[in-house]
Amino acid sequence: MTDLLIESRTLEDRLRSVLPGDVDFASARLVDERSERVTVRRNQLEPIFNEFDTGVMISIWNDGGLGYAATTDLSESGLTAAVDQARRWAEITAGAMVTTAAPRNHATGTYVSPVEVTWDSMPLPDRIDLLHQQSRLLGIDERIVNWGASLVRREVDQLLVTRSKVGATGRVEQRFRFVYPSLHATANEGVNTQTRTFGGHAFCGQGGAEVLGRYGFGDAATRIAEQALELLTAPNCPTGVMDAILAPDQMILQIHESIGHPLEIDRILGDERNYAGTSFVTPDMFGTYQYGSELLNVTFDPTVPGQLASYGFDDDGTPASREYLIKDGILVRGLGGAVSQERSGIPGVSNSRADNWNRPPIDRMANLNVEPGESTVDELVASVEHGVFFHTNNSWSIDDSRNKFQFGCEYGQLIRDGEIVGPVRNPGYRGISSTFWRSLSGVADRNSFTVMGTPNCGKGELNQMIGTGHASPACKFSGIEVFGGEQ
Amino acid sequence: VTQFDDHAYFDELVTAATAALTGDEVLLATVSGERTDFIRLNHNEVRQAGSIHQRTLTVDLVEGHRHVGGSIRLAGVRSIDEARMVALLAQLRDQRRLVADDPFLLYNTEPVSTERIERGTVPDPSAALADIRTAGAGRDLVGIYASGDTFTGFASSLGQRNWFQSSTFNFDWSFYLRADKAAKNLYAGFEWDDAAFAGKVDWSVRQLVALERDPIELSPGEYRTYLAPRAMEELLQLLSYYGAFGRRAHETRQTPLLRMLVDDARLSPLLTIREDTARGVAPNFQSAGFLRPDSVSLVVDGAYAETLVSPRSAQEYGVPTNGATGGEYPLSMAVEPGAIPTTAVNEALGTGLYVGNLWYTNFSDQAACRTTGMTRFATFWAEDGEIVAPVNVLRFDDTAYHLLGDRLEGLTDHAEVLLDTDTYGGRSTSSMRLPGALVGAMRFVL
Repeated sequence: MTDLLIESRTLEDRLRSVLPGDVDFASARLVDERSERVTVRRNQLEPIFNEFDTGVMISIWNDGGLGYAATTDLSESGLTAAVDQARRWAEITAGAMVTTAAPRNHATGTYVSPVEVTWDSMPLPDRIDLLHQQSRLLGIDERIVNWGASLVRREVDQLLVTRSKVGATGRVEQRFRFVYPSLHATANEGVNTQTRTFGGHAFCGQGGAEVLGRYGFGDAATRIAEQALELLTAPNCPTGVMDAILAPDQMILQIHESIGHPLEIDRILGDERNYAGTSFVTPDMFGTYQYGSELLNVTFDPTVPGQLASYGFDDDGTPASREYLIKDGILVRGLGGAVSQERSGIPGVSNSRADNWNRPPIDRMANLNVEPGESTVDELVASVEHGVFFHTNNSWSIDDSRNKFQFGCEYGQLIRDGEIVGPVRNPGYRGISSTFWRSLSGVADRNSFTVMGTPNCGKGELNQMIGTGHASPACKFSGIEVFGGEQ
Repeated sequence: VTQFDDHAYFDELVTAATAALTGDEVLLATVSGERTDFIRLNHNEVRQAGSIHQRTLTVDLVEGHRHVGGSIRLAGVRSIDEARMVALLAQLRDQRRLVADDPFLLYNTEPVSTERIERGTVPDPSAALADIRTAGAGRDLVGIYASGDTFTGFASSLGQRNWFQSSTFNFDWSFYLRADKAAKNLYAGFEWDDAAFAGKVDWSVRQLVALERDPIELSPGEYRTYLAPRAMEELLQLLSYYGAFGRRAHETRQTPLLRMLVDDARLSPLLTIREDTARGVAPNFQSAGFLRPDSVSLVVDGAYAETLVSPRSAQEYGVPTNGATGGEYPLSMAVEPGAIPTTAVNEALGTGLYVGNLWYTNFSDQAACRTTGMTRFATFWAEDGEIVAPVNVLRFDDTAYHLLGDRLEGLTDHAEVLLDTDTYGGRSTSSMRLPGALVGAMRFVL
């Protein structure tokens, strides 16, 4: 099961041969994916699971109509039938489309995930042993009632071929290699249950076995198990208006929900209003709106080596490049691919992405990063008279305009008079996106800048679940509404 | 054109795979798939439209107490899929040699074969598009239409065969008035009925009229609140997905209703919740071959009753399985209706909030079952039983022990059938039957 379909010249020739040469734009996007999941839970190996997925999405844009057809039948007759189906949809929708803007790129190029140490250099028995070892480090106390360690490896090969009636053709080949490590430990005593995790929503990326070392996978188990136990006796997070320092593994969520989603141009255009929602951001804000304090600099950067959503081209074939979305606090650019840019007139980026072969591309975040500042983390802490240091997101909720939010974390640390005095449990805070980022009062330097990713961002009708990357240093916010659990 | 027979194809593949098993191997195989046409709309025009045909074969290859799993996407071409399956089984055998016995392995060794096929007559997509755009003419319509077959099958080398297939359509849409003010609705079924659709459209138009009034900005505080069935769905989905009704979450003290296990907390005696498989639209079998009973009582009169037990949990915790999937959450939840006449909800509410939809729920404190989330779509302020004005979005933060417990004043006398509109990976077959709920005081914080 290791044959790479993307390397099959016969298949590529077949894809090219079925694409019609009499339409405005036609594309075939082949996705060939292989993955393996190995999990040890409570010192017991769970069933290993292997997944193989291959299919093609045909897209036809013609005479103001658009049609898609997704198929797993890669034979000539199967692909031809899909093309016919997509053509029929383009005929049905002609004259009824919300936009006749079509992708125009016929790019040629390749992208390959950087891999320093191949995954296969760590054979399956070694991976199982590693997970058992981590599991034993997690289950250190009878109050730890559930724990586990897992490794997921995904290989995704994509080939996009395009053709138009004016004779243009394109070919984009991209080979992604992903690693997702994770650990969790749940402690319980009476009515109090506390969970600490590692990985999951943050510490995953592109590469090979070196991804484990990049995030310190081998050093995390003891720490998170001890912290889960600490939380059983820790006081609840205090309630009140105070300063908040967000660690990178909470910043990832803050960036994602209250910068990423509101800046998606398809949301601003209303495409998502029936499901994921709309945005408080309006087209007139670009170029002038004070999104955050002057300390806020946010880039869309699909070029960061090893970040989860790095790529060379989006799924419409637009070449990817680094762009500022927010510069010195001012909103300058949105998150929208070529079609959304043409529809809206808003400057965008190359982020038209589909989560698999069976979904059409829509505007998605890729790598969305807060650029580092100049303070050390110690300086941020020292500047706080009364506040909380928030670590590792575990709860997220935000309104459909991406404005009123409430987020929670696994682990908090109380700060008094510039010093961390101890852990607090159930730390949470709430705010409003349109004003929250203006309270940004400190951005830590490159020493705390952490390149992360989150594998599960849901959006779209039909629904799509895709990986996005976020990088950030620790950041300080002033005058935030903070609260704890129970009440 | 003869339609591809996914049922027969699955049977042929499993029969071929069974013939190729070695020694004492047992094969457990599941197929799930769909043949879907979709039309995505914005501003009553098409944003994206197309067709998807997909089928995934998932297998568990067992020998003794050792086993490894895997899945392949089926091409629908016999020679290709048999070759893929042979390669997958070879890989699973290689890996199986490296794993120890699994003490929690459990699969059905007493084959029971079943078949349930519900063939609808879904409209031709171009006809559906025409009907939808006619209904949306002059209005800001946004949403998704999806139709066609969904199917799930199970087969084992022990001779068991189960098949579930239905042909349905699902039109999930909103009429937008302005900004975030919209009326959301759903029309789903087996056969498109113009009159039924017109009735749905008329309901939405009436909501739009109510939304035209100037919205009220309510301050944080506690308000008497009616939660419509769709709002209840959001709350109960949160509890379900985080293990409120699953055995593993109970045993590991992760259930959000922990205080009902280890303390004397109770939900309202008005509340009875069941996994009502017999009246749902999901398959009644799962991937280890166990059939689900028609009904499992999860909460009775506000107290925990049974849990959903997957085969692995059954082995791990020494209790019988009731055919739950690995996630151990309900697929066909039903809440028993109450006494409030559904036609007199506003009168029962009197003065307070009418919440049509909640959105993006999560926990503020999971162990205490303190939840948060937003109001969305049609949410109104009512006075003396009359809708007065729409309300700008509000964030709630309150415990289920209040909302579904000591502050629950009553449930409506009709449980609405709510089909799950999720399409992650494929079209969902989950559903809920829920009444609306009247809550004496609900806490809003932002």
